[in-house]
Formats: sequence, structure tokens, C-alpha cells
Amino acid sequence: MTNINPKNWCLNGLLFSFLCCFSTLTQAQLYATSTGQTNFFSETPAENIRAVNTKTQVLLNTTTGEIAVRMNVRDFHFPNKLMEEHFNENYLESEKYPTSTFKGKITKLPDWTQNGTTDVRVDGTLLIHGKEQPRTLTGKISVQEKNITLTTDFEVALKDHQIDVPKIVFVKIAQVIDVKANYILTPYRR
Amino acid sequence: MHVLRTVFLFCALPAAVLAQDDLLDELEKQADGKPQPVSATFKSTRIINVQSVETMKRNHLDFRISHRFGRLNSGAKEFFGLDQAVMRLGFEYGITDDLMVGVGRSGEQKAYDFFGKYKLLKQTTGAAQSMPISVTLFGSAVIRTQESFVPGETYSFQDKLTYTGQLLIARKFSERLSLQLTPTYLYRNRPELSNDENLLLAMGVGGRLKVSRRVSINADYFYAFRENNNLPYYNSLALGVDIETGGHVFSLHFTNSLGMIEKQFIGETTGSWGKGDIHYGFNISRTFSLDRKKKLLPN
Repeated sequence: MTNINPKNWCLNGLLFSFLCCFSTLTQAQLYATSTGQTNFFSETPAENIRAVNTKTQVLLNTTTGEIAVRMNVRDFHFPNKLMEEHFNENYLESEKYPTSTFKGKITKLPDWTQNGTTDVRVDGTLLIHGKEQPRTLTGKISVQEKNITLTTDFEVALKDHQIDVPKIVFVKIAQVIDVKANYILTPYRR
Repeated sequence: MHVLRTVFLFCALPAAVLAQDDLLDELEKQADGKPQPVSATFKSTRIINVQSVETMKRNHLDFRISHRFGRLNSGAKEFFGLDQAVMRLGFEYGITDDLMVGVGRSGEQKAYDFFGKYKLLKQTTGAAQSMPISVTLFGSAVIRTQESFVPGETYSFQDKLTYTGQLLIARKFSERLSLQLTPTYLYRNRPELSNDENLLLAMGVGGRLKVSRRVSINADYFYAFRENNNLPYYNSLALGVDIETGGHVFSLHFTNSLGMIEKQFIGETTGSWGKGDIHYGFNISRTFSLDRKKKLLPN
């Protein structure tokens, strides 16, 4: 019995590896959407600027609490198309920096098995206009049967991401933009 | 041992895919790589005089005021042309994102112009099979309401009409440089001068070079294929600067053409750059969105 058969050892190893493999697969629960809604607002005395992106991609790993958000800047739509063009051409420079992203980790995981809403904090990095900023965002996670809904509301200071506002604009733009997001995630299949 | 390591690595792979940054990579893989139409080949629906491939977006109204002053070489007494001015007022509206219509009134010849523009092809970026150019069709009809070009002669309604057809072919070569070719068909039911031809074909070239995010240098030129070289007409050349200020586009320029509609600047330019017959001019455009989509926001 004490005699170790190399063949047996190898087989055991293989079995162990497979077990590892399956366990990670079952543990790693991924939830995703590609139609998340991200809004932003800028209220100024002259004109309120608002835009919406309804093609935001979100991926959440419920095991680790890691979360990734990605959106094309060009998918932000404004009621005024000239504003939309200026936003892309002059402010966000979407040809140079086509995407905005956020990657982070939920600091304290909610109970995914219970339906209900939990306040959460997410530590992570926000990338806008090619400039990264470490951010802690607060929001809510609602678990409902097979869906997980994430909502958040935070501010983005233009100077944090080196977005310049020209001196000769007729419509004054606020230095801080309010962002609201609402993402409804469903189980992810690759 | 070697086999074991390979097997282990293979099995560990799914776990690695799900780690940290790789969630973002996964999203990038999922993102659709569909070719996107390029935005803003030109800042406005004109380069300077010539129409650009751009059209007004759906439900957007553009109010345009264009001025051309007198000739710079008219001297100090005329304040280098600034004492006189001709104007065109225009309203331009997008029916869809690709189709627009416009109407304008020019002081010169008291002319009313009616036109339509349709985006036929859009330059795209991204995927392998992208479209290299944008093509827009332009058609206009102009009625000159100022009476008799030659005293004593009478003109019927038909005589006062002119038609223009253009193919606007443009490419945005880079963020800074866009160029446009404009083959033009111009038909005058009755030309201003009796020895001029009814049909005039012309080729336009134009472009813009952005010098900063909000300022660009623009130029357009038309070569008219005339058979009669004894006419007092020159080819039209305009050079200018576009300044964009959020909602407005100011276009300041110098041109040897007084008219601001195709019939006039392509077919009837009497000024010569060489002689200093240069007009200072500007176009101001203000765009209004008539789109009031309340459902834009969820709350």
C-alpha cells in the first residue's frame, strides 16, 4: 500500500484537477446585460443637458463581487443632435477614446439567495476620456428571482478626467455631471 | 509530471478567465464590432458656399443667415465693401436622419431657392468591410423674382427657373482632414446673359482642416466647364474659418462670389481674386431641436 504507483498518482491528479475545474465553474456565477441604461444630467441656468446610453454592458461575478461596466461613448444619445456631436467631437473625443468603463469590487456581498434590496459600496476604477480615477461608488442591489438589478447615482467632475470646457461657449456647462445608472442583469451564458 | 502540469493549467483556465480585469475583456469580446458611420465629416451643411455631405438630423431645424459684403477693392470710401451687403435667409429641416429639405431667400436677384438632400452612402469605420466614402444627393430649384435682367424684355415664369443637381462625394481622412468632390449639373431655363449656355457642368473641390477642437480652416472651389470663354465669369473660390461654439457655427470667409446659391456662385461669379474682387462674408447657423422625447428618462 505504501508503494506509490506513478500511474495511479497521475490519475488521482487528473481527477483532482477535474474536481477543481467543476467547482470553479459552479461557484463562478456570472450575471450580465448588454442593454443597461446609463443617464447623465447637467443642469445649468440656460439649458439642461441630458443624455442616455441604453447599450451599456455589465458583467457581475456574484462569487467574488467583481463587477465590470463598459459602454461606447457614441451610444449616448441627446435630444439635440448638435449637442451630441459636440459631446463626441469636443468633450469626450470619442474617436480617440471610444469607450468608458468601470471595474470594481463590491466591498460587502449581499445575500444572493434572498429576494430583497441591499445598499452596497463598490471600490473600483472609473475610466472616462482615457483618464482613470479610483472611485468608491454607492448603490443598491436588488435580487429578484433570477434577476439582479444594480442602481447607482454618482457625480463625475469634468476636471478629474481632463475634459475641457471651452471659454467661448454660449451654453455654460456644469463642471460636475450627475450620472444615474440602472442595470438589470440576468444569468450569463457565453 | 509534465502531463499533470498541462492538465492542471488547462483546468485552472476557467478560473483565470473570471478573475479581476478579465471581466472587462470578456465584455469587450461580447461588444458588437459593427461598422459605425463616421461623425461630423463637416461641421455644418455647407463647407463655405458649397453644400457638404452633412444633412440636418430628424426633427432638427436650422436657421441660417448668410452675408456677403461688397468688394474689398472698392476702397476706403466704401469702407472696403462693408457699406454694402447681400443676404440669404434660410430654414432647413431634417425629415429623417438622412433626408432634409430647405428653403431660402436671397437678396441677390430676389431669388427663392428650394432644395432637398439625401444621404445615399455613409462612410463607416470599424469592421473590415467598411464604406470608404460618404455620398449625398443634392437637388434644388431656384426662382428669380427680380424683374427683367435686360430692360424692355419680358420673361415668363419658366424663364426664371434654374435647376441644380449635385453629387456630394466626401471622405473624412482623419479627425482633422475631410475632402469633398462635387460634380455639378446646372440648368438655366434662360441664362442671365443671352450668349451663355443653358446647361453648365462644373466640378467642385472642397475641404476642411481642423486646427483645434473648435476651429477649422475651410475652402471650396468650382471649375465650370464653359464652352464660351468670352463671358465675364470666373470660377468661384472661397477660403474661410469655421468657429463652433456649441449650438452655433460661425463661418467667416473671403470669396470672389457674391451669390450664396449654386446658380449664382457656380454660374455667375463676376469677381476675380486676381483683381482683388474679394467679398468678406459670414454664415451663422443656429440649430434647434424640435424633438421633445419625454420618454428619454426612466423617472
